[in-house]
Amino acid sequence: MRVPVSWLREHVALPDSLGVDELADRLTMLDLKLEEVDRVGGDVTGPLVVGRVLSAEPEEHSNGKTVNWCRVDVGPEHNEDQPDGGEPSRGIVCGAHNFGPGDLVVVSLPGTVLPGGFAIAARKTYGHVSDGMICSTRELDLGDDHDGILVLAPGSAEPGDDVPTLLGLREDVLDLEVNPDRAYALSIRGVARDAALGFDAAFTDPADLPVPDAAGPSWGVTVEAPEACPVFVARTVTGLDPSRATPSWMSRRLQLAGMRPISLAVDVTNYVMLELGQPIHGYDRDHLQGGIVVRHAAEGEKLTTLDGQVRTLSAGDLLICDDSGPIGLAGVMGGEHTELGTSTTSVVVEAAHFAPAGIARTARRHRLPSEASKRFERGVDPALPRYAAQRVVDLLVELGGATAEPGETVVGTVPAMPGIELDPVLPAAVTGIAVKGEDAADALRAVGCQVEGSGTDGLLGVVPPTWRPDLTDPYDLVEEVLRVVGYDRVPSVLPTAPSGRGLTRTQRLRRLAGKALAGDGLVETMSFPFLGPADLDLLGLPADDERRRLVLLENPLSAQEPGLVSTLLPGLLHAAARNVSRGLEQVALYETSPVFLGGQDAVAPVYGVDRRPTPEEVAALDAALPAQPLHLGVVLAGEREPAGWWGPARPVSWADAVETVREVGRLVGVDVVARTGALAPWHPGRCAELLVDGVVVGHAGELHPRVCRAFDLPARSAAAEVDLDAILAAAPAGARPDPYSVFPVAKEDVALVVDASVAAVDVAAALQAGGGELLESVRLFDVYTGAPVPEGQKSLAFALRLRAPDRTLSDDEITASREAAVAEAVRVTGAVQRT
Amino acid sequence: MSGPNTEYDPVEVTPLKADEVESMRDDALAAVAAASDLEELKAARTAHAGDRSPLALANREIGALPPQARKDAGKRVGQARGAVSKALAERTLVLEAEHEQRILVDEAVDVTLTLDRRPRGARHPLRTVEERVADIFVAMGWEVAEGPEVEAEWLNFDALNLGPDHPARTMLDTFWLSPASAARVLRTHTSPVQARTLLDREPPVFVVCPGRVFRTDELDATHTPVFRQVEGLAVGPGLSMAHLKGTLDHFARELFGPGVVTRFRPSYFPFTEPSAEVDFLCPVCGGDEPALSTCRTCRGEAWIEWGGCGVVNPRVLVACGVDPERNSGFAFGMGLDRSLMLMSGVADIRTMVDGDARFPMPFGWEI
Ligand SMILES: [Zn+2]
Repeated sequence: MRVPVSWLREHVALPDSLGVDELADRLTMLDLKLEEVDRVGGDVTGPLVVGRVLSAEPEEHSNGKTVNWCRVDVGPEHNEDQPDGGEPSRGIVCGAHNFGPGDLVVVSLPGTVLPGGFAIAARKTYGHVSDGMICSTRELDLGDDHDGILVLAPGSAEPGDDVPTLLGLREDVLDLEVNPDRAYALSIRGVARDAALGFDAAFTDPADLPVPDAAGPSWGVTVEAPEACPVFVARTVTGLDPSRATPSWMSRRLQLAGMRPISLAVDVTNYVMLELGQPIHGYDRDHLQGGIVVRHAAEGEKLTTLDGQVRTLSAGDLLICDDSGPIGLAGVMGGEHTELGTSTTSVVVEAAHFAPAGIARTARRHRLPSEASKRFERGVDPALPRYAAQRVVDLLVELGGATAEPGETVVGTVPAMPGIELDPVLPAAVTGIAVKGEDAADALRAVGCQVEGSGTDGLLGVVPPTWRPDLTDPYDLVEEVLRVVGYDRVPSVLPTAPSGRGLTRTQRLRRLAGKALAGDGLVETMSFPFLGPADLDLLGLPADDERRRLVLLENPLSAQEPGLVSTLLPGLLHAAARNVSRGLEQVALYETSPVFLGGQDAVAPVYGVDRRPTPEEVAALDAALPAQPLHLGVVLAGEREPAGWWGPARPVSWADAVETVREVGRLVGVDVVARTGALAPWHPGRCAELLVDGVVVGHAGELHPRVCRAFDLPARSAAAEVDLDAILAAAPAGARPDPYSVFPVAKEDVALVVDASVAAVDVAAALQAGGGELLESVRLFDVYTGAPVPEGQKSLAFALRLRAPDRTLSDDEITASREAAVAEAVRVTGAVQRT
Repeated sequence: MSGPNTEYDPVEVTPLKADEVESMRDDALAAVAAASDLEELKAARTAHAGDRSPLALANREIGALPPQARKDAGKRVGQARGAVSKALAERTLVLEAEHEQRILVDEAVDVTLTLDRRPRGARHPLRTVEERVADIFVAMGWEVAEGPEVEAEWLNFDALNLGPDHPARTMLDTFWLSPASAARVLRTHTSPVQARTLLDREPPVFVVCPGRVFRTDELDATHTPVFRQVEGLAVGPGLSMAHLKGTLDHFARELFGPGVVTRFRPSYFPFTEPSAEVDFLCPVCGGDEPALSTCRTCRGEAWIEWGGCGVVNPRVLVACGVDPERNSGFAFGMGLDRSLMLMSGVADIRTMVDGDARFPMPFGWEI
């Protein structure tokens, strides 16, 4: 809400000495939050004055243009004596022709700075020295009209008068953020009322105006939906002079408040809405066909609104109709046909009250947030319509030369405000301030409530004023008391919470995983969770890959990313590429964020709010949500270790990606096992499937060369993505370790030649199985291919550690265990022992 | 070796004469002293203290002396051997120290050689701020609650007194899952976690809910469609706005420094009544001129907006099955991105999300 301060001061007797900053601060502390003070015209300086045109000589020039060489009386302070004995004045060249001798105009003399910092100087043009400029409305920032210069009404000023003062070019405008519960503050009336409260100043209600007794109805009105439209007032004026322009003070105020002046009749309706907060609609009576009917739309009915759009209506939309059908969307936007136009002479004025919920739904359905709907959906003072209509009629009579018809149509009555019982101790209990009951009662009276009861004993009976439909329960009243008493009086008391359980185990493990990754040299990133098919194509996912089943958004920010991430890799790969392009040689990034799994298309129930939903109902809510497991994504590019005096750089390899995940697992006590895998976007021969307790939790390895190229990543970049929830869920709680042996260890090495396709992990598992309980561990320490190992085979060297819990092993036991291990590996994998 | 011979005249046994023993001893001591390294010392040890050294040979002759002579000779030879042994030990220590000294000098390196061999990792400062905030509250006995990011409309809105026609709904620019009729959203705040907590357990409840939230804002220097916030909820008997103020004062001092001053400013949230914004006084300029008008931290505003808060609207308690006659509560929420920007002077929110590895580095692992 933009509030010109001079307009506000018309309705509240604020001290002259009160500065705009102090005013804004106080309003902010009353819940009318200042967005900014717009110091309109603050940059206008210098001699910007009223001038009377003495003469205007048209001169045709060689370029075909005719300009006027004018002498202008700009008042004794600025006039210059004329050598030829002519009247003291200044000479100005002007290209416009909509004025003549005797007219009052606005002159910017040399030294003036116009709105927008436009500096005026004397300049030679068309063979004259022009002492400045005669101004148009646009140059004064008073409107868009650039066709001619601004001619002031005769007798409205004297030459030499200061124009910024005369036309209100300088004005402080408060831009207030109005919260949804303070609909009343979407008006000068409401803001003035709170300013009066804040400074204990006198308030003059602009709605407090006489409404003469009516001589019968004004226009036929039938309200078929009284719940949606409890009050409908219609008034009529005739004989409006369509040639009358909106007075400059009114168009200036509309403009300062952020509305565009259009025509007198329309401007008056807007002005009254800004002043009182009551949206007004005017109909050209000559285009109305029969009486007005307020009813709900039939499904599929059509209406062309003021903006020229054909709207298809729903049963929930409230309509204003005449015999021709719908002529307006009630409280949202009028129809084109009955619009007030340049030839309108008779106006039917509508000032009605519409119920908030229906207006909100209609405005949302048709995407039509209008000044009217914004007010109605928050709640307008239902007592206003008669006074607002009267104000419109008065202004049209005064400014437009119209005649008020004696009739007044009033359908419905102002609904009574429901009373609220307030326990007088509640304000103190809720705020923690020692507010006495009687002080609470006084505070509520100050905001306009009627209060029954003393506040010292018994409940207070509170009836909110009609402009406060937001006050519906005792806590709302407490907030009003607090607003008056002052938020700054709330004391600071630290409550004692019951002894807590600390972080959950999962929360602790998640922190540990993050620290493990950072400790492993990876940097955490946070990407946006939006994803589209283009990135899935870059990953090379096949058409039936389940990661292509995105959870889709109804209103994505970008059409290219219509869904939520099903994989963290695109965001990580793009981030890695950015780092590489910015010159980083070692890129190692990780992200832990949820992914969203598609294919869950259930509808989430919407329950009432008068009771707690049952556990089954809560479960139904959860069942409608997509699975959202927490994933860990990793990308490694470039060097894993840099070159140095210790040797050459170590480039990233597939194994780093696998190791990174295994390291996280090790730190939380989970053995992550790698098996041969094959999944996009990984290199088909360098992709590990990662398992925990036999269940696949993700993949790691080298990225497919095509994927590296597609994302502008170095060749052989590596990546991993795993279900972190699954890994952490497997973390053993309360481990009970077996006692460890203190007897000597026996170390044995074996080398086994196997087919190149045999997984090392399978050979190790077979050795372990064959070696039995004495075989403490098996570790691969070398892989060798080439002569004498036959083509297509590889030699795997394992270090075996053997130990018994209760004795030193004999040479025979060691040999037996080793041979059993090898025999099992031979049996399972076809290995041949190298000797 | 000779056997004992009682007829034997000790004076006639040359090697055991006093001057002979002294001479052997002096030769030995001289050889030890002359040894210039451990090798030479080893040779001197063999020559003068070994099995075949003169003193060892003399020692063997003692047994051949008549008993009356043995004691004297034994004492003489024993003392001489003791002196040699002691000299050897002392010389060994000296030479070993010299030897070690020489090796250590030879092995000296240039320790200023760069050692950034292991790649350096970092956690995102938004993560560490989130954990810091959680720790502040856990230290007071609060617990950390979590919930899903894709949330049911009822939990994100209705349960929080944001009915379908509530004007505040349109102010929260919401991402809807397709189709919108399925009533699922990207949560616009972490408040549904509060609702879930109340549905899940009985008061007293003291929880903080940090997490990622979503609004349909385009990304620019000060707006982002995805950001992190932390909300808190306390519900129990007798809780008031004063307890809210006390909690936020403590929170602000822990996060921003012990001198931080907060204030409440009236505001509106459907889920709280009364509602307030909590601001804190700019810690850089203190809200005082002349620093105030040029202050870049508060942009000349003195008070910095931190978050929203209020007393839990009894309607929310009812929707979550808590008896508002017996319990009251307070709630608050603030942006973690914004808090981090205030703590660290990060001016452009985009630097936090574009994934540049250099951004998190200066923050370390803890904030
Ligand atoms: Zn400051």
